[in-house]
Amino acid sequence: MSNWPPLRFHVPVPAVRPGDSPDFSHIVVPPAGSTRRPDVLAAEPDLRDMPYGLVRVLDDEGGAVGPWDPGLSPSELLRGLRAMMLTRAFDSRMFQSHRQGKSSFYMTSTGEEAVGAATSMVLGRDDMCFPTYRMVSYLMARDYPLLDLINQIFSNADDPLKGRQLPILYSARKYGFYSLSGNVGSRFGHAVGWAMASAYKGDHKIAISFIGEGTTAEGDFHEALTFASVYRAPVILCVTNNQWAISSFQGIAGGNETTFAARAIGYGLPGLRVDGNDFLAVHAATRWAADRARSNGGATLIEFFTYRVAGHSTSDDPTRYRPADEAAHWPLGDPVDRLKTHLIGLGDWSDAQHEELEAAVRQAVRAAAKSGEAVGTLGQSKPDTSEIFEDVYKEADWRIVEQRREMGC
Amino acid sequence: MATMNMVRAINSALDVMLGRDPDVLIFGEDVGYFGGVFRVTDGLAERHGVARCFDAPISEGGIVATAIGMGAYGLRPVVEIQFADYILPAYDQLVSEAARLRYRSGGEFWAPITVRSPYGGGIFGGQTHSSSPEAIFAHVSGLKTVIPSNPYDAKGLLIAAIEDDDPVIFLEPKRIYNGPFDGRFDRPVSNWAQHPASEVPEGYYTVPLGKAAIARHGAAVTVLAYGTMVHVALSAVEESGIDAEVIDLRSIVPLDLDSILQSVRKTRRCVIVHEASRFAGFGAELSALVQERCFYHLEAPIERVAGWDTPYPHAFERDYFLGPDRVVVAMQRTLKG
Repeated sequence: MSNWPPLRFHVPVPAVRPGDSPDFSHIVVPPAGSTRRPDVLAAEPDLRDMPYGLVRVLDDEGGAVGPWDPGLSPSELLRGLRAMMLTRAFDSRMFQSHRQGKSSFYMTSTGEEAVGAATSMVLGRDDMCFPTYRMVSYLMARDYPLLDLINQIFSNADDPLKGRQLPILYSARKYGFYSLSGNVGSRFGHAVGWAMASAYKGDHKIAISFIGEGTTAEGDFHEALTFASVYRAPVILCVTNNQWAISSFQGIAGGNETTFAARAIGYGLPGLRVDGNDFLAVHAATRWAADRARSNGGATLIEFFTYRVAGHSTSDDPTRYRPADEAAHWPLGDPVDRLKTHLIGLGDWSDAQHEELEAAVRQAVRAAAKSGEAVGTLGQSKPDTSEIFEDVYKEADWRIVEQRREMGC
Repeated sequence: MATMNMVRAINSALDVMLGRDPDVLIFGEDVGYFGGVFRVTDGLAERHGVARCFDAPISEGGIVATAIGMGAYGLRPVVEIQFADYILPAYDQLVSEAARLRYRSGGEFWAPITVRSPYGGGIFGGQTHSSSPEAIFAHVSGLKTVIPSNPYDAKGLLIAAIEDDDPVIFLEPKRIYNGPFDGRFDRPVSNWAQHPASEVPEGYYTVPLGKAAIARHGAAVTVLAYGTMVHVALSAVEESGIDAEVIDLRSIVPLDLDSILQSVRKTRRCVIVHEASRFAGFGAELSALVQERCFYHLEAPIERVAGWDTPYPHAFERDYFLGPDRVVVAMQRTLKG
């Protein structure tokens, strides 16, 4: 007979469920400016506290404090603010368009706009982003034409991806934005390979890639980190921890046991944990990792700590698995509001100007949506049917040729 | 002109391409310093440097994912999956990513990668070192699947695969790496030196993808085969005295349909031979194509000779591996039909 107690099976559960009061008391938010900023080429063993800190620049009053303040000019800050506001206006309109039957699907990035916008501004035009579907702000910060996005979302005749992709699974090579796929995580290793290729060629380009915290459980994540570490690839590997993978809270991906940034330690990579709702912190941490990569210091893993305010997609109802008002209690605030407060505090912005910009981005989205609608919405217009048979191979073989003929296009 | 076995011929293809194109690089498990467990990459790291031919972590998914990223950048990576049985961890990368990248991105990105892998049975590898997974790749739009049967083709097809702008799965029948094998375990094994296809030019040449070879001209029945099974089929023809035409497909995607149809319309009989399991194997597609397009020419039902629908059993290798006797029986059945 054994004296051991019976074993207990453990399934992690979130602190609260629908009907409960939101509770983020388990989240420790260190004061802005309190996390140290090491030298970009510091040895990895000297960086092992970083995945447990939280890089923050904007304090509760909107001031920029501490060693990570990137010292951006007002015009750069405004550019970031505009990209975030444009993203929010775009999301709102496209979500509404889906509800009106103008598209098959949409995913908003509400609450996470700073991650895409700030990283986009750090990376150069020749660099490559291997994004998630919640990264439209990356394109917004690069002035990607709204109409092209809308044409894809409406799957109409001018869809740049020729009717073959779900809305939001964009590809924009000229804007340094790699083709998306619905299989989460499978491009993380592509980013590493792309960065290795740049190093192999002796070029100066670097790659950045994003996954959600849930996807860290995929083998692709661990494979990518292994290759990035082994070959010192000039790549920035980012985990956007927005707390929710559809209905599964971050604990289901292992987030209750340690931070996602701390995954880096086992691979000998620096790991940074960053306030993802702080535009300045996202910018500064990305700059740090980019400088390290460009100096042949290899890869960095960054966890952007944020919150997915809206549902996973237009097919999701988050009130079924979390308190309906949880987002309002997120302790790190709203990225747009925080940057706005900062700019006003600097004396470079005002509530009136903000309202004016809000109206302007809404108008830009409205105009683009109207143009897209003029081309056609879902089912009213589509690319030429022959596009079904293009680009399967560089040159079609007899199967494609015959089947295209059979379809009569 | 040198005499080469298939290992040397493939090594020569890689050597030639490393020399010709700085965008070609090679990586995979044990391929660097050691030269690969089958010695296919022997000496390449030494001759071209470790940046051109290097070892990879034991991570098939990571190897293929990394190669796709390199391909999207503009390189032409050639990766080795140590045994085709181990290709499944990379299956998502091959199917969801490599195969569809050009299509889903509207032609903005593509993955000109070559994935080499030794495949097939006959070396007492048991069920983890003997698989023939070609059908699962043939089913995927966007991939090409190439399977040589001799040293000359192996080199020329591999160079063509590396230069191809689509992702190519290059399956190497490891049982015939060192010499043709006809499935007769009771005969001494020959080597490539006596075979005309071992005359392999040292330099650059290509064998185009999608063009079958007629391994033997004949008039009584068409035998469709690839890889090791070409040799099994030829042996069956020789032993039976049946005047069969043996078509070596060389690549199953793209498939040289014209050569197949032309031959079957001439012989009016068709036997399909492959090592892989029979059910839903590539033979099923070949059979359907021939039936659809040659039905009124056929004088007998199409025959399929294939591996049994079981995993590859280690101790029963010699019972399991498909030999010429079964091909002879199939040919005879079609002749009676």
